[in-house]
Amino acid sequence: MPLPDAAPGGPGVHRGAETATCDHCGLPVPAGLIERGESLQFCCNGCRTAWRILHESGLEQYYRLPERRTAAVRASGRSFEEFDHPSFHQLYVRSDAAGLAQTDLYLEGIHCASCVWLVERVPRTIPGLVSAELNLPRSLVRVRWDPRRVGLSEVARLLDRLGYRPHPFRGVRPEAVRRAEDRAMILRIGVSGAIAGNVMLLALALYAGWFTGMEPEFERTFRWVSLALTTPAVFGPGWLFFRGAWAALRTRTLHMDLPVALALGAGYVRGAVNTVASAHGPIYFDGVTLLIFLLLVGRFLQQRAQRAATDSAELMASLSPATARVRVDGAVQEVPAEALLPGMLLEVLPGDTLAADGTVLEGRSEVDLSLLTGESRPVAVGPGERVYAGTLNRRSTLEVKVEEAGETTRLGRILQEVEAAALRRAPVVRLADRLAGGFVAAVLVLALVTGLAWLFIDRSRALDNAIALLIVTCPCALGLATPLAVTVAIGRAARAGILVKGGDALEALGRPGRLVLDKTGTVTEGRTTLVVWEGPEEVKSLVAALERDSTHPLAAGFAAAWPGLAQPEASGVAHTIGGGVEGEVEGHRVAVGSPAFVRGRAREGRAGAQDGPVGGAPGDAALTPVLIAVDGEIVASAAFGDPVRADAATALTALRAQGWRPELLSGDDPRVVGAVGDALGFPAAACRGGAGPEDKLRFIEEAALEGPVVMVGDGVNDAAAISRATVGVGMHGGAEACLSSADVFLSRPGLAGLVTLTTGASRTLRVIRRNIVFSLAYNLVGASLAMTGVINPLIAAVLMPASSLTVILASWLSHTFEAARE
Amino acid sequence: MSVIFIVLPLALIVVLAAVAAFAWAARRGQFDDLETPAIRMLHDEDERCGEKAPEDEEEEAGS
Repeated sequence: MPLPDAAPGGPGVHRGAETATCDHCGLPVPAGLIERGESLQFCCNGCRTAWRILHESGLEQYYRLPERRTAAVRASGRSFEEFDHPSFHQLYVRSDAAGLAQTDLYLEGIHCASCVWLVERVPRTIPGLVSAELNLPRSLVRVRWDPRRVGLSEVARLLDRLGYRPHPFRGVRPEAVRRAEDRAMILRIGVSGAIAGNVMLLALALYAGWFTGMEPEFERTFRWVSLALTTPAVFGPGWLFFRGAWAALRTRTLHMDLPVALALGAGYVRGAVNTVASAHGPIYFDGVTLLIFLLLVGRFLQQRAQRAATDSAELMASLSPATARVRVDGAVQEVPAEALLPGMLLEVLPGDTLAADGTVLEGRSEVDLSLLTGESRPVAVGPGERVYAGTLNRRSTLEVKVEEAGETTRLGRILQEVEAAALRRAPVVRLADRLAGGFVAAVLVLALVTGLAWLFIDRSRALDNAIALLIVTCPCALGLATPLAVTVAIGRAARAGILVKGGDALEALGRPGRLVLDKTGTVTEGRTTLVVWEGPEEVKSLVAALERDSTHPLAAGFAAAWPGLAQPEASGVAHTIGGGVEGEVEGHRVAVGSPAFVRGRAREGRAGAQDGPVGGAPGDAALTPVLIAVDGEIVASAAFGDPVRADAATALTALRAQGWRPELLSGDDPRVVGAVGDALGFPAAACRGGAGPEDKLRFIEEAALEGPVVMVGDGVNDAAAISRATVGVGMHGGAEACLSSADVFLSRPGLAGLVTLTTGASRTLRVIRRNIVFSLAYNLVGASLAMTGVINPLIAAVLMPASSLTVILASWLSHTFEAARE
Repeated sequence: MSVIFIVLPLALIVVLAAVAAFAWAARRGQFDDLETPAIRMLHDEDERCGEKAPEDEEEEAGS
């Protein structure tokens, strides 16, 4: 494919002798890739492909956009053929009357305006693709195409080559339900806002007339019009609160809707009676409509913030692979995991996650069970042995016969347990809701006392004063106090990389208590790393050369430990599964592998090499020993392990200082757990190992009986425990099941986020308490005014928004997560 | 001042129209995504506008 001669002259292009910037993404081109004499330079093949695609489809205008994506294009090069599979269509694709198909895809790498431009112009390059509409904040593209003219896989391949890797969007809830809910809420706010504004205008006229005098016919008209406007507000948008209060009464739970409904009902009924039966007496319609509007806005904001966090978790769930390579008559096909049936033959490449339970027919490899069981060391498998869905193949290709697929796999059963555990969880009772009960009782008693007292003072004003008290003590600010503080906190937490799915979780995290931590992947890094090396420097390059082309985790560990090491060529490399690797490097015979493997090939060499970490160092239970022999002599030893996260010790100290009681609960070998726990200052009683997913769930269930318990984990094996805990926290890099069952998700690696979370949560709780004190103080003033009979509708109308405004300001000005981030 | 008896209903009709328009917009999904359309309108349509028109029609027919 010849390149067009003329360069587009993108803004970042300048060509010197030694430096060049990529003509597609604008990043510097690595020195080795600069092509002298060429007018076009690219930093990678991905960018070159993307550039070609854009030019061949007449989309050069992309390079004239003011803001462009500055990231090298990393295409996965996958075929995406599973996107055309019938079961994929059944799951993710909808068809309309005109025969067009439609689906939502989650795109990686979407981040600015130029992405919108590019993605939405993709239909011009593929005939049959009708439209692509991108939702920038959610990175979701809605594509509509004609299935008779083009396959979805072709669209997916093009998006991938442009650097936007597509994934089917697997929303937890149907998109339509959620959209309908959102729209209904917006509609409620709009209607109640319009009504509140107009009723307040009328109220202003009435108050003015109250001071200056007003002709009775106008007054009557205004009162009747106010009633006519308030009625739809109460029975339309405001009905939400009555429904909530009724539900709370029926289930005998406490909810903020209860006092709200009481005040709204009393105000509306009294106003209506005063309008219809007499030309005088307070009507309260302005207060009632404003209240409905403000409370709906508060509720909407809260819903939105929680929605944003849930969205991000859902999108991350979409990232995990949901396909499997099935071998049919010798040909390999990618199909969605949901379409797998027992008896099918799977080809599992190294680095792939198994999609079903089954038996290995061919191949030997090592599988990583850490997400499923918490076991930190890979397990060797061979023909006839069982492998499980959700585990990672680390070493070489396996042929697996499917025995259980979908819900009947071990993973599927754990997931069912996760759901069941979530249902059994006791809800966190919010501070505001807990106050609601006492609040209602206090208000009713006060109203009764006011009414009775005024019966003796002035019969005619007894009822009005009692009702005035009910209305003026409406917990408007109290109803806003929690949602606003929580909304602000959730928004700021998201900027700090912490996704909080529910405000109640934040409240529960504000009070320190038991904190149960998983080990593998939570306290430790969850990957194999070189922790000990005893041997001469020059051997390192020999080992690196030998391990370069291996996909074994230990090889990756060597590569990560010595970046940038010069590597000579290795020849005659031979792998032994469960043993090691040997070959010829620079004329030396080199063997690297398990002690048994290497000792079988070499005699003991340099003194001390073999009694290094392999001998009897403390904590060696957690380590995998490796010996290195050169020319038949053991010259070096190394040990691999799952290192404790760099920030774990600091984070745990901070958590303990806050009053949390951390404990370790792991599926790994008890000795390994003990060694890690010891290093981090856990008392021996607080370290539990060998706990399977079911044991973890049972442990959390028992702990939850005694009081609130927080569970932090990353694997499928933690998911049930996480969903049963008072608050579940999922770690960065965790399994999908763990993400969806956790209340809080840390989207940045490390345990430092946990400290930010607890600090922020306790600050949020403090803001909530302060807001509640403010609004109760206002209510106290209002109540005493009503009881002494000096209240009038004007004072009530001023008092109510004033208290709400105080709470809103106090919430916005509060430092919850922002200060904690420093 | 009795003009108020005409102006007030008129004002209410205007309010009703505004609420109806809002409801229509909300139901059509105008408030679903508040970020992307703002960016989309900044992109100049290029010389290929003519070619895109039939696609737009097709889109309308499909929905």
